[in-house]
Amino acid sequence: MAKVEEPLHQSLHEISGAPPVIEPGHTFASVTDKISTIVLRRRTPLWWLVGFGLSFTLAMVLFYTIGYLVLTGIGIWGNNIPVGWAFDIINFVWWIGIGHAGTLISAILLLLRQQWRTSINRFAEAMTLFAVACAGLYPALHTGRPWLDYWLLPYPNTMRMWPNFRSPLIWDVFAVSTYATVSLLFWYTGLIPDLATLRDRTRRRGAKIIYGILAMGWRGSARHWHRYETAYLLLAGLSTPLVLSVHTVVSFDFAVGIVPGWHATIFPPYFVAGAIYAGFAMVLILAIPLRKVYGLEGFITMRHLRNMAKIMLATGLIVAYGYMMESFMAWYSGNTYEAFMIRNRMTGPYWYMYWMLILFNVAIPQVLWVRRFRGNVPLLFVVSLSVSIGMWLERYVIIVTSLHRDFLPSSWGMYSGTRWDYAMFFGSIGLFLSLFFLFIRFLPMISIFEMRTILPQAEVAGEKPTATRLPETGGPQESPA
Amino acid sequence: MNIKDTYPELHALRSRLEANQGKEYWRSLEELAETAEFREMLHREFPDRAAEWPGPDDVAGRRRFLQLMGASLALAGLTGCTVQPTETIAPYTRPPEGIIPGKPLFFATAMPLGGVGEGLLVESNMGRPTKVEGNPDHPASLGATDVYAQASVLTLYDPDRSKTLTYLGDISTWGAFIAEVQTALSGQRGNQGAGLRFLTETITSPTLAAQLQGLLNEFPQAAWHQYEPAGRDNVRVGAQLAFGQEVNTVYRFEQAEVILSLDADFLSCGPGSLRYARDFAAKRRVTEGKTEMNRLYVVESTPSGTGAKADHRWPMRAGEIEGFARAVAAGLGVQLGGQAAQPSGPAGQWVPALVRDLQQHRGRSLVMAGDYQPPVVHALAHAMNQALGNVGSTVVYTDPLEARPASAGTGAVNQLESLRTLVNEMNAGQVEMLLILDGNPVFDAPADFNFTEALKKVKWRAHLSLYNDETSLICQWHIPEAHYLEAWSDVRAYDGTVSIIQPLIAPLYRGKSSHEALAAFTAQPERTGYDIVRDYWRGRLGAGAGGQVPGTGPKPTTPSSAGPSDPFEQAWRTALRSGVVPNTALPPKSITLKSDWVSEVGKTTSGSQMEIVFRPDPTIYDGRFANNGWLQELPKPLTKLTWGNAALVSPATAVKLGLLSQGDDRLDVEAKIETRLYEVNGRVVELQYQGRTVRAPLWVMPGQADDSITVHLGHDRWRAGRVGTGQGFNAYRLRSSNTPWFGQGLEVRLTSDRIELATTQRHHTLEGRKIVQAAVIDEYQKKPDFVREEVETPPKEHTLYPEYQYPGYKWGMAIDMNACVGCNACVVACQAENNIPVVGKEQVLRGREMHWLRIDTYYKGALENPETHFQPMLCQHCENAPCELVCPVNATVHDAEGLNVQVYNRCVGTRYCSNNCPYKVRRFNFLLYQDFETESLKLLRNPEVSVRSRGVMEKCTYCVQRIQRAKIEAEKEDRPVRDGEIVTACQAACPAEAIVFGNLNDAASRVAKLKAEPRNYGVLADLNTRPRTTYLAALRNPNPEIESKPGPETRHG
Repeated sequence: MAKVEEPLHQSLHEISGAPPVIEPGHTFASVTDKISTIVLRRRTPLWWLVGFGLSFTLAMVLFYTIGYLVLTGIGIWGNNIPVGWAFDIINFVWWIGIGHAGTLISAILLLLRQQWRTSINRFAEAMTLFAVACAGLYPALHTGRPWLDYWLLPYPNTMRMWPNFRSPLIWDVFAVSTYATVSLLFWYTGLIPDLATLRDRTRRRGAKIIYGILAMGWRGSARHWHRYETAYLLLAGLSTPLVLSVHTVVSFDFAVGIVPGWHATIFPPYFVAGAIYAGFAMVLILAIPLRKVYGLEGFITMRHLRNMAKIMLATGLIVAYGYMMESFMAWYSGNTYEAFMIRNRMTGPYWYMYWMLILFNVAIPQVLWVRRFRGNVPLLFVVSLSVSIGMWLERYVIIVTSLHRDFLPSSWGMYSGTRWDYAMFFGSIGLFLSLFFLFIRFLPMISIFEMRTILPQAEVAGEKPTATRLPETGGPQESPA
Repeated sequence: MNIKDTYPELHALRSRLEANQGKEYWRSLEELAETAEFREMLHREFPDRAAEWPGPDDVAGRRRFLQLMGASLALAGLTGCTVQPTETIAPYTRPPEGIIPGKPLFFATAMPLGGVGEGLLVESNMGRPTKVEGNPDHPASLGATDVYAQASVLTLYDPDRSKTLTYLGDISTWGAFIAEVQTALSGQRGNQGAGLRFLTETITSPTLAAQLQGLLNEFPQAAWHQYEPAGRDNVRVGAQLAFGQEVNTVYRFEQAEVILSLDADFLSCGPGSLRYARDFAAKRRVTEGKTEMNRLYVVESTPSGTGAKADHRWPMRAGEIEGFARAVAAGLGVQLGGQAAQPSGPAGQWVPALVRDLQQHRGRSLVMAGDYQPPVVHALAHAMNQALGNVGSTVVYTDPLEARPASAGTGAVNQLESLRTLVNEMNAGQVEMLLILDGNPVFDAPADFNFTEALKKVKWRAHLSLYNDETSLICQWHIPEAHYLEAWSDVRAYDGTVSIIQPLIAPLYRGKSSHEALAAFTAQPERTGYDIVRDYWRGRLGAGAGGQVPGTGPKPTTPSSAGPSDPFEQAWRTALRSGVVPNTALPPKSITLKSDWVSEVGKTTSGSQMEIVFRPDPTIYDGRFANNGWLQELPKPLTKLTWGNAALVSPATAVKLGLLSQGDDRLDVEAKIETRLYEVNGRVVELQYQGRTVRAPLWVMPGQADDSITVHLGHDRWRAGRVGTGQGFNAYRLRSSNTPWFGQGLEVRLTSDRIELATTQRHHTLEGRKIVQAAVIDEYQKKPDFVREEVETPPKEHTLYPEYQYPGYKWGMAIDMNACVGCNACVVACQAENNIPVVGKEQVLRGREMHWLRIDTYYKGALENPETHFQPMLCQHCENAPCELVCPVNATVHDAEGLNVQVYNRCVGTRYCSNNCPYKVRRFNFLLYQDFETESLKLLRNPEVSVRSRGVMEKCTYCVQRIQRAKIEAEKEDRPVRDGEIVTACQAACPAEAIVFGNLNDAASRVAKLKAEPRNYGVLADLNTRPRTTYLAALRNPNPEIESKPGPETRHG
């Protein structure tokens, strides 16, 4: 593990305007060492234990809530008539949105040959998986009789009953389950060469067996690499439309409904942009502390952070445009219900939610226009948190304030979450973090072999390296530098 | 063996059960199992294993599971009283005649309330009365019912009803009671019953009156007192004042063109209100070419359903109404001896116009004074009707309905005075034996009587009542009463028509009727109610009988073996079958107005002090229905409050109290102001009146008279049962005998506390939306299809899906908003028919009430006197139903006859359908709201309707079970279903005939004709939902003289 003279390189690259995607001075061996040691070292750091302990406690709160929920009914939440959906669907959409960055980074940036994605794609994908897992909890448990959820699946049965294919919820089932499956496959396929590295480097027998099984007999032969690359590219191709489709379909849950504030054609693009926005915010929230505590500033460099900040700024502007167009259309359409809906959002009983949303999601992220601020890591962290909160508020505004006052004033009502709503929400954050802690302890959080491809040494004369072209196999046969 | 000592845990559990209120009662057992006491008990029950378990707070799954399992088993033993009989039982191979399993039977009977009967047909399913309908042959019902009758089946099966006869709190027997009565009576025989008193409510039952009279004949010194907290003393004393004799007034709204109501809520409560609503609505039915309608003027202190229907409504303090009546009377030429004065208040300026209108409709007008107005207002109303020549046409006088003790002479029965006499005698120690039949005077007697203290001075006191209530606690003897569906009796309707009350089920808890309780005081103490009632009518029914039924002593009867050929037997059976005893309506009576009452005029004080107005509660009445969950959860008209009452104040009074800022009250109603109002509502005030204080939450009531606070009686009972105990505040604490209905000098002190009031409708403004269509009749005559311009209907092709075809039936509904009086009968009828659960106050506060049908109330115009519209809202069965598209599992689908059906078994409960329903008529079982445990409530359920469990969406089905029943009948006879053969539960209950259901494919059907009316429109039709339930726009018929001159108190149609 080479000691890095960071300030010098950092400043040099600051001057040239393009910080590197990997710090100079790394070799194949140093990359492998640095990343695999995090997993293979025997002693678990204290902060990890503390962090995992806290997260797991929260996760237990989630499990307790789920138990009580299934035994008692969703009446323990604050949902009512007219607000039939609330925290359940807010949290679902929020988590699904967060889950978007992973696939975007892995698939779309891979196809676009964006080299810088390499150092963040692995944990972004893991984040996606865990976020989708958290997201999936909500629609599954928000039904009145969750034990009958399988009726949403089209399976042959003696009743000859099929789901209602006209319902966006059915589209949702397909979209989310496909997304979860493809994301898992993509992540696991990408892990195989690194699992082989870990298998070869670990000195513990148990770990060797487990990593060995998971590596599926990877030996690094040319045929392996050939098949691997084909599969990975295919999966990337499959994932790419999914990035767009999942949140489009999620937005259909609303756009297909007739509720003012839901029924809008702008929803699909605006939801997708919002999802990427939220996803990158979450990647930053996770990456900033990770690179610090593991000393990975050499791998997750300022260039990554700056690029992600730019993407956040861009998608954030699309989202802001969405808000603007919602207001504009409410006025331009001349529809009384729409006009009332916007007025109610801005000045109704939940006005503070709307203006907090504008503050967190639109106002605060504007600091990213300033180049200096994009390089300020603590500030980026704060902005990312703000976006995460803002995106949650956005779903609250869309779902609760649209439903609570719709067509007939006689049926207008109010909504407030109960402690069980909050227990479930924070509990799912606990589950997410617990899974993430386990991931960073037991799997390489940065793709080892891909990082090696972006080293200058990997450059074959006259040919630019691609993310999937590998100069060597993963393994310890590489002599240390 | 005392349970308290032997099983302390069981005792604790039992007291906890007793202490349960409201919501807990409806889903108790699982929750009960969580208490520490119960866990403790579990440990003792299984000491060898339970003791090894770790602490009781362990939440691990297995132990908790075992606890719950154990709990349900143990509780099954605790509550279960179904034991296999030891005798040999036989299977049901030869059913009783007339019973086809699964097919309901209907029996005619009548429900007494306030002494006056309402004719009913009660549905019996295999011997269980489950649903109440009106008796079309009964003059007071004509097929309609009110909320009390609809909810009475729940009271019948109320698990909190008194189940045992008790003496000093211990279980005793009927035999022991009779023995003691007879012993005590022998002591009274010597002094001719000088120490014997009977206290009843208002009695119109000829049999009961005869029994009481018989007892009074036997014990000449004994006395019969009557008291009813929501009684009609004012009406009786007013008639006495005007005519020198007590008369019963019957109004004929079918003849009336112009009606003036002086604080009379004749459409919603009081004897005959169902009939009045029917006749009133008929005169407003502008359909099939009719273009005329009646005109209603209302002056009232607190907004009512009648006020909401008024063409001109003027809010006025209750104390000022006499002044207004005097001015109108003077205008009509009634001699008032110089007392005629200009009425205070802004309504005075319209008096000349009103007088002219009344005079132009001589003989076709009607002036009616409210039950809560003082006698002199009634006298004024009588005088005005005389002056207008209405007597004989719109107003008919008959002999009084109420039976009264002969000793009372010809004077009116003033129940308040009657009770005062009784209390004085009790305090003087003159009363030795007191039998209280029904009623709950300990709870509802005027506060200044100190009834409880007086009662305790009586040596021997007994109470017959449905519940072991406040009064039962003070009496030594408590006798469980038989519900009216369990006992024989008879009762008179508002016009005197007698109905025999026949039981549909044997008393569930061996209750006794009033007749049987009184029989205990005679030489034949064991006589059954059946014998008593039948014997009374023997000789009065059949050949030669009929006409008026004398109110004096029972005729001696000779028991004869009556066969079917016996004329009495035939007449008796006919009377039972039809629900009315023929020719018993009291004949019209000609009487002359006296003039000496004029000296009473002008005595009503009307200062500038704050006024308090008492009213019986619109749902739990005088408190007797407090333990009825359907009525507690029934949104009260206009306020839509459930589970409790509030002190109603006008917006201007709220400003005066500093709750609203100046100007808030002047603004038109709109969402922001309403939000403001709802911040104010629930603020607790201390009401101090005549030295007595009560804490009450405030409610800002648009249309309430300024400086007048209305409180509803009957709440906050302390021994009502698990549902009713402690709900709301007790307004009886403020009510004294000198101000039974209103009084001056109320002091209001604002506190900083707040009580959450559970209302089901928080917004009453239309927000400029075209949900309610209304027009003035003149505009309608000029342009009958005005709604077409108002309501946009998108073309049919604007949908992706093909049009449905209906070769057979095509069901639909039309609701005439011009007829609906907002009485709520349909809401309870729907609840009873469709097994709809009660959810409790907490859940209503969360917005989770389950009513499939609700009555939306909208206000238009200024807060101080808004125009009010009722819109019954139920599933609209849309042609393009937004709910159907979004259900992921096809649980809500369109059927071949156009119904939007909900398949409970298929529903997984995503609630998407409800989100997407623009009418928000779908209801979700967020928790397990149904009570699957209580045995007696199982008997209540309609066997034709699924009982929904947790996690399922439900909604109006157009009473699909009734549709199917009619279709099966029609198929058996190989004919199509006839128009009117299917009557939905809401339609059947509606007194105003506002709801019409039928086949839209049949152009001759009533519903098809209504839908062809120009006033017909679909709510939110602009969304292209194409609702199958449509509404007929409301019409108003204002006096052009008043309407053209814009005044602050006028409506703008």
